[in-house]
Amino acid sequence: MKTFRIGGIHPAENKLSATSPIKVAELPKIAVFPLAQHIGAPAKAIVQKGDKVKVGQMIAEANGFVSAHIFSSVSGTVLKIDNAIDASGYGKPAIYITVEGDEWLESIDRTPQLITIKDKPELTDKDIVEKVKNAGIVGMGGACFPCHVKLSPPPETKPEWVIINAAECEPYLTADHRLMLEHADEILVGVTLLMKAVNVNKGYVAIEKNKADAIKIMQEKASAYDNIEIVTLKTKYPQGGEKQLIDAVVSRQVPAPPALPVSVGAIIQNVGTAYAVYEAVMKNKPLIERIVTVTGKSLKSPSNFLTRLGTPMSQLIDACGGLPEDTGKIIGGGPMMGKALLSTEIPICKGSSGVLIMNEKEASRTEPQNCIRCGKCVDACPMGLEPYLLSDCSELKLWERVEKEDVTSCIECGSCQYTCPAYRPLLDYIRLGKTTVMGIIRSRNTK
Amino acid sequence: MNKLKLSLSPHIHGGDSVRKNMFGVCIALIPALICSFIYFGLGAIAVTSVSVASCVFFEWAINKYMLKNPKSTVTDGSAILTGLLLAFNMPSNLPLWIVVIGALFAIGVVKMTFGGLGCNLFNPALAARAFLLISFPVQMTDWPVIGQDFTTIDGVSGATPLAIMKTAIKTKNADILSDLPDAWNLLIGNTSKSLFNDGPIGGGCLGEVCALAILIGLVYMLVKKIISWHIPVFVFTGALHLIDPMYADPVSHILSGGLMLGAVFMATDYVTSPMTKKGQIIYGIAIGLLTVVIRTWGAYPEGMSFAILIMNAFTPLINNYCKPKRFGEVVK
Amino acid sequence: MIEVILITVAVLGTIGLVAALVLFIIAKLFTVKEDPRIAQVNELLPGANCGGCGFPGCSGMAVACVKAADEGSLEDLKCPAGGNECMKQIAALLGVEAKEHAAKVAVIRCNGTCENRPHVIKYDGALNCRIAHSTCQGETLCQYGCLGCGDCVSACSFGAIKMNTETGLPEVDYDKCGGCGSCAKSCPRNIIEIRLVDKDKTGMVVECVNKDKGAVAKKACLTACIGCGKCAQVCGSDAITIENNLAYIDAEKCTLCRACEEACPSASIIMLGKPRKEIKKNNATAKKADSNTNTVKEIKTTNVRPYSSPIKISFEAPLLPSQQYLLAGVVDLTPIAQATVSDNQQNSKTHSYDAPLLPSQQILLGK
Repeated sequence: MKTFRIGGIHPAENKLSATSPIKVAELPKIAVFPLAQHIGAPAKAIVQKGDKVKVGQMIAEANGFVSAHIFSSVSGTVLKIDNAIDASGYGKPAIYITVEGDEWLESIDRTPQLITIKDKPELTDKDIVEKVKNAGIVGMGGACFPCHVKLSPPPETKPEWVIINAAECEPYLTADHRLMLEHADEILVGVTLLMKAVNVNKGYVAIEKNKADAIKIMQEKASAYDNIEIVTLKTKYPQGGEKQLIDAVVSRQVPAPPALPVSVGAIIQNVGTAYAVYEAVMKNKPLIERIVTVTGKSLKSPSNFLTRLGTPMSQLIDACGGLPEDTGKIIGGGPMMGKALLSTEIPICKGSSGVLIMNEKEASRTEPQNCIRCGKCVDACPMGLEPYLLSDCSELKLWERVEKEDVTSCIECGSCQYTCPAYRPLLDYIRLGKTTVMGIIRSRNTK
Repeated sequence: MNKLKLSLSPHIHGGDSVRKNMFGVCIALIPALICSFIYFGLGAIAVTSVSVASCVFFEWAINKYMLKNPKSTVTDGSAILTGLLLAFNMPSNLPLWIVVIGALFAIGVVKMTFGGLGCNLFNPALAARAFLLISFPVQMTDWPVIGQDFTTIDGVSGATPLAIMKTAIKTKNADILSDLPDAWNLLIGNTSKSLFNDGPIGGGCLGEVCALAILIGLVYMLVKKIISWHIPVFVFTGALHLIDPMYADPVSHILSGGLMLGAVFMATDYVTSPMTKKGQIIYGIAIGLLTVVIRTWGAYPEGMSFAILIMNAFTPLINNYCKPKRFGEVVK
Repeated sequence: MIEVILITVAVLGTIGLVAALVLFIIAKLFTVKEDPRIAQVNELLPGANCGGCGFPGCSGMAVACVKAADEGSLEDLKCPAGGNECMKQIAALLGVEAKEHAAKVAVIRCNGTCENRPHVIKYDGALNCRIAHSTCQGETLCQYGCLGCGDCVSACSFGAIKMNTETGLPEVDYDKCGGCGSCAKSCPRNIIEIRLVDKDKTGMVVECVNKDKGAVAKKACLTACIGCGKCAQVCGSDAITIENNLAYIDAEKCTLCRACEEACPSASIIMLGKPRKEIKKNNATAKKADSNTNTVKEIKTTNVRPYSSPIKISFEAPLLPSQQYLLAGVVDLTPIAQATVSDNQQNSKTHSYDAPLLPSQQILLGK
């Protein structure tokens, strides 16, 4: 079975909500839209206090090429434009909208009928990219990179495949799994749209072995397409990392940054993004809702919700039975790469794939000891780096050494800290080194 | 509800810990421990318990009174492991006060002065064995014969298989090699051959006699993923390269003396061995080669401990130059 | 027997001589010629390599000093750690004049102790301020305040800054601090400022860097600067500017009259080295819940100017919470038709009024 060649770990899967079908979440009372929901410059608000908006109406426009529009997922009145605490742990500018009713823009097609690429032969690649841009779609796996930028690769590169990332390697998360079980047709049309947008002839959908029912359904539906192949991958973390996925599916390794995956011919998109692209191009629906997994060992009923963007997480947690008494950490995303959150009032954003409620026992970090030089972190690192060295040198502020040891290749997956028997905060210090070194490189290049 | 906790990812941990690894190695040593008790009787029990107790005591005392650490590090199991390995490097009739001195050197000088667990440059048990060998050469080379119940000062002592090999080399007389026990006997440690020969032949240090028990320990550690197979296998490979068949066959070399114990338990010590697979291969081969060089041409009959100590000094250099293969170096 | 010893001695001696000769030749051939004064100046410098002078380490400073001395004067050069005595010695060695530089020290512009600034979450990660800063706004509601992980303490080469474990804030020892700036550079939130101080190493400082609006800042910390501007109003030398809801005192214009310290309703302004003003716990934020039921009968102001003493006033009707907040600590009122005012010369004067004073008039008297 295919897998990536270097490193990797096997955390417990804990897919508690895998058998729970997608439920439509209730509308919030006040929807909050932080302006920085994507990589790149934050969007600029184009509404003011008191404006009335409908579902699907643009409320903030992209600020530059690497940026994305933000659309209202609710209908109502703009309450204020003020700071709101988002996943970063700081207050950032956001648009608050008081929800009134559920009025959608007329241009959005809400019928459930499947529209394939054959039904719209007039669509060109540029049309698709334009529609994706106008729908404000960003990477839904959590990275939130603006999709239209990825679909406009640099002219000197030649894309050969579109690879859909349905690996969902993070423990606990099941949003992509349920999406494939319930919307396989739409996803595959989305894949064809993405393939057309970058003019490639071959598409892969990569799914990890632990989602056997999803693989079965996708393989059945993909038999209708002759250029889309469903690939089963070994269940290993971080299979869902871009570079690891390309290594596993087409056996090519992306060189160190600043090289992009497209330089080896692959364009990667999350399966949720493919679904959003289908809705945007075929149904004129901008990115206003997404599937969120709300899960946790102490939660009464872990579930998957189809949520409007801007809903506070507390509402979803209440729909699962309320915040348990023994909660230690609330994590936005998966336990390996997600962000620990300050409160439950943080709104669902474009990249919020899950809300994980960790109980106190699971959430507590053990006191770190001396490094025992066992080398388990080196074995676990999927990028072939030496985490113990990067962490120690960052702690000692030896930035030249850290740069020489290729810290910029680190994908911050957390495998090293997961395996360390001495409970050392390896990734905390590696991140510090990485941001410092990237700052040094930036200032060196701008001189 | 208590206050929410906040820290950066990852938020889960695999559950591995220093204690698990150290006690795993201790468990892997149990077969060899039982063998040493059977072969050497009470002397073995005495040496082992004194060694472990003094190592733990010295680590606790140094931590508390000299370093004034609020937290004691004896609970992570590394002191117990050092104690066991140190005991395995000594003959069972060693006077107990020498054992205590060895423990003090191993823990106090080799481990704690460098900074405690994870910071020592040399393997504490081996460095202490070398120290004792040089300071008390008579007592350290006075091996008792296997099978005695009380192997203290009154026990009968004899030559080890390696000593026989050394004599053969020195006197350039290969005939004496017929006194060597055959491979099966070396494996299970029955080196006394009192059934077939006149003079009893001594065994060796506590941990050196029963190679089979050590192999069982190796299998246990590999299954539990405590060590990887690279270092033991490549030590054997390295040792096989230089053996001159004229003096002793390769199997005898590998099964005799401390090579088995060294390859499986000493060379694979986390702190003093390289961190990358490439480095471990080079380290293993070099140890094997050096061992045979010292055994054949050096002054001592046993070369394993010195070979490992020499390569310990090279470990930082190996770590510097043997980097793991970076992702992206291979573009197929 | 004796020949063995002789031969050994001879051989070893020859080897030793040859080696010594080789070393001597190499040492002579490959010496780097350096101005001997540089090494001498280096001896006089503290040797901590803190970088406060602006040069790479003390040896860099030594080179610069010698170069400057050749050009005439040591005016622009200053070793903050060594101070003026050190510069005088260097100047004496090099035969030039030294300039007296004003003293600078590191000032921690945050008073968010564990008491003033309640913790709402627990930070569980690595104990490093830069890492904590990138994780979240901190364990409190203030996103500008000190994180307490001690990057500044490890940055100081002179042991001049220590973490106070009770308050959770670093504390500077002004005798040891030379104002080199290592701690200021290490703080990810720029809380530490290297300020000019006078000869007694004292000065007025606003102990807050919170740029949030007053109400938000006050919710996070009892002694936050709310940007009300009272300090700027009472300042006689125009030294205080309010920007982004935060007051800043210009050290060069400040005359140390301490008027701002008295005027500040949040006790955010302190004088370095002197005891802090009593922080009024019963301010509007803390007592919001029960201020409505309190009947404030009598107040005693503690906002004293150096030249005046407490004034006792009784009120007709209970003060509204907003009025209590303005008075910053008032709790009760009774109706008054007369007020007794006494000053520190023990003279008291009783004024009688025809009609009870309006609360606003009473407040005026209170101020």
